[in-house]
Amino acid sequence: MDLNYTPEQEAFRQEVRQFLQDNLPDDIRERVQKRLRFTKDMIVRWQQILYKQGWGASTWPTEFGGTGWSEVEQLIFEEECALAGAPRQLDFGLRMVAPVIMKFGNQEQKDKHLPGILDGSVWWSQGYSEPGSGSDLASLRTTAERDGDYYIVNGQKTWTTLGQHGDWIFCLVRTNKDVKAQEGISFLLIDMKTPGIDVKPIIMLDGEHEINDVFFENVKVPVENLVGEEDKGWTYAKYLLGHERTGLANVGQWKAMMRRLKEIAREEQDDGHAIIENPRFRDRLAQLDAELRALELTVLRVLTNATGPGPEASILKIRGTEIGQRLFELAMEATGQDALAHIPDALEPDYNGPMVGGMNAVPAAGDYFNMRKLSIFGGSNEIQRNIISKLVLGL
Amino acid sequence: MNFELTEEQQMLQDSLRRFLANEYTFEKRREIIESGKGTDAGIWNALAEMGLLAFTFPEDYDGLGGNGIDTMLVMESFGRALVTEPYLATVVLAGGLVRDAGSDAQKQAILPAIASGEKLMALATYEHGARYNLAHINTVAKADGSDYVLNGTKTAVIHGGQANQLIVSARTSGDARSEDGITLFLVDADANGVSVTDFVTHDGFRTAEVTLKDVKVGADAIIGEANQGFPALEKAIDQGIAALCAEAVGAMDAMTEATLEYTQTRKQFGVPISKFQVLQHRMADMFIHAQQGRSMAILAADSADSDDRAARREAISQAKMLIGQGAREVGQAGVQLHGGMGVTDEMWAAHIFKRLTLINLVFGDADYHLGKVSDALLEKIA
Repeated sequence: MDLNYTPEQEAFRQEVRQFLQDNLPDDIRERVQKRLRFTKDMIVRWQQILYKQGWGASTWPTEFGGTGWSEVEQLIFEEECALAGAPRQLDFGLRMVAPVIMKFGNQEQKDKHLPGILDGSVWWSQGYSEPGSGSDLASLRTTAERDGDYYIVNGQKTWTTLGQHGDWIFCLVRTNKDVKAQEGISFLLIDMKTPGIDVKPIIMLDGEHEINDVFFENVKVPVENLVGEEDKGWTYAKYLLGHERTGLANVGQWKAMMRRLKEIAREEQDDGHAIIENPRFRDRLAQLDAELRALELTVLRVLTNATGPGPEASILKIRGTEIGQRLFELAMEATGQDALAHIPDALEPDYNGPMVGGMNAVPAAGDYFNMRKLSIFGGSNEIQRNIISKLVLGL
Repeated sequence: MNFELTEEQQMLQDSLRRFLANEYTFEKRREIIESGKGTDAGIWNALAEMGLLAFTFPEDYDGLGGNGIDTMLVMESFGRALVTEPYLATVVLAGGLVRDAGSDAQKQAILPAIASGEKLMALATYEHGARYNLAHINTVAKADGSDYVLNGTKTAVIHGGQANQLIVSARTSGDARSEDGITLFLVDADANGVSVTDFVTHDGFRTAEVTLKDVKVGADAIIGEANQGFPALEKAIDQGIAALCAEAVGAMDAMTEATLEYTQTRKQFGVPISKFQVLQHRMADMFIHAQQGRSMAILAADSADSDDRAARREAISQAKMLIGQGAREVGQAGVQLHGGMGVTDEMWAAHIFKRLTLINLVFGDADYHLGKVSDALLEKIA
């Protein structure tokens, strides 16, 4: 047992850090570090910069243009990116649809779709949830009926994150109604410019447009866009879920936020003193700091397990999201009543109108409200406890 | 970065667990506790034969040159079986202190004797009113020629009543709470003026109150330097905390397993109560606490040998805090899910609960260690 990174891993960390220092554009860094409004441009530009370096896909094998890094190297990369103020790369293409295409897609699909994900030219969205199918995803009702060389898709997907920018969407659709719910689902890739697709914004509780409803009305999808076999989509979706368990822990992002929170705690005032001097606030920060350290160690235990992820992997989504939510809660509470005012325009970098408090306060409450999503998406934390009960504890 | 055990470590763990499963049964444990002796010669000698009492001593002193991770493996296995033998007191605390701070002569005299199983020791340092402050020492050692005369009272001396020899902290200079001026002395348990009152603890261990009245020792009884004993004392307690963290992780696992088994057997409303989601989620949370605790016990074990004081103290306190909190949650949930049976002496879960509860109280509870990490945070970032 050895809790130190190897000299090679430390050298790798230095290389990544240097690259970030030299190549991360200041305007992107500013948006991320000040928690300003997120744009499509910042994601795409950053993806292109990484692509040029050969680092477009840190989680992919080299045969598809990925880095071929070990899981610990991936974690180091993510952590350094987060600490430097780089935006999180878009998961939907890189970490969600791409692994499914690599594993279950045919050669044409790999050739057609993977390069656009890698260089950032194609923006992918996810079409899983439906108004009637949340935790019970297998009950989904969007249909795809075969008509010659096409599937005709009808239905509605929801909670489609950043779907307003989407070029393509990967969807779970019902292709067979006569079998058990899980056995009649297929995995379809759909060009969002196809006639009959309508994307409508859902405004979240922070007033921001991040998620969408996506409506499908007689949308013609060529059969070559079916991944794998018809009616086997549920298997592929489950493969995907298994693939992203450690990613959901988000340790790199939370370490960056913890560092930011400590700065906020030093900057924000409490009756003439920094709020960090208030023992009640500080104890909660210290508690969270320790919990984040435990999470990081648990992630490393999972990643370095020679026999693959053990049962400890199943706790990462729960603990990662709980810790993330509390980081933003403390960041809000640190700013006190300054967090009350809702000033959406101040989330743009060129804003110079009136404000209450400083830039710590501007995004504070909105971010806290927004982050309630963490324990709900990706399988709610209650569903995660069901999974632990069933698959780990055998109940 | 690597969390794998070596082949030797894996073998040690396997053979220790097998031994405890066969020889240290619930009934046997009860007999040992009821004997009132606080240790069992058969078990202790078997541990000596397995090399466990020598594991973390240098090879020059009949040891095997092991480290904090080895201690973790032993203590975790003890935690699973609720072993009440004086391992923490003798091997981890006193043995560790002599190993890290003792003279060559002291190591020669003590470490092989511990390793062979013939010598039991204890650390007498905490005092009434000090709560968890290690530097709060009023016991006085007054120089008398080249000798010292000790007077004072010590509390929470784990397995003090079983020890042949004590390590006593005493003030040779400085104020009551000063880290300077503390000296560590070897004191024979049967020396004139030493009186030891032995108590059984709620969880079947032993604790003692030790009174020193004009106890005379020579200068050769000092471990390390006079007045400079605090850093060694603190490090020994940190190693003790790491060991307790590992023990708690073993006990949390045992509690989770016992609860899973019970709820799958016990039927109400015509079904095993494990089918109820409200119970399932409580057990999932027990599992989460145990896993988080395991990560922190590894961190504590890895840090316990370190001489980087600030980093070691931070890791140890973070671990003891989270494990103390987790032990409380797991312990209470385990009893609750056993229903009425959980509050009877008959149930294994009740005994695990008592151990988990008392571990939190030893060497600083969760709140105390939260205070420590919180103060360190202020120093670091304010």
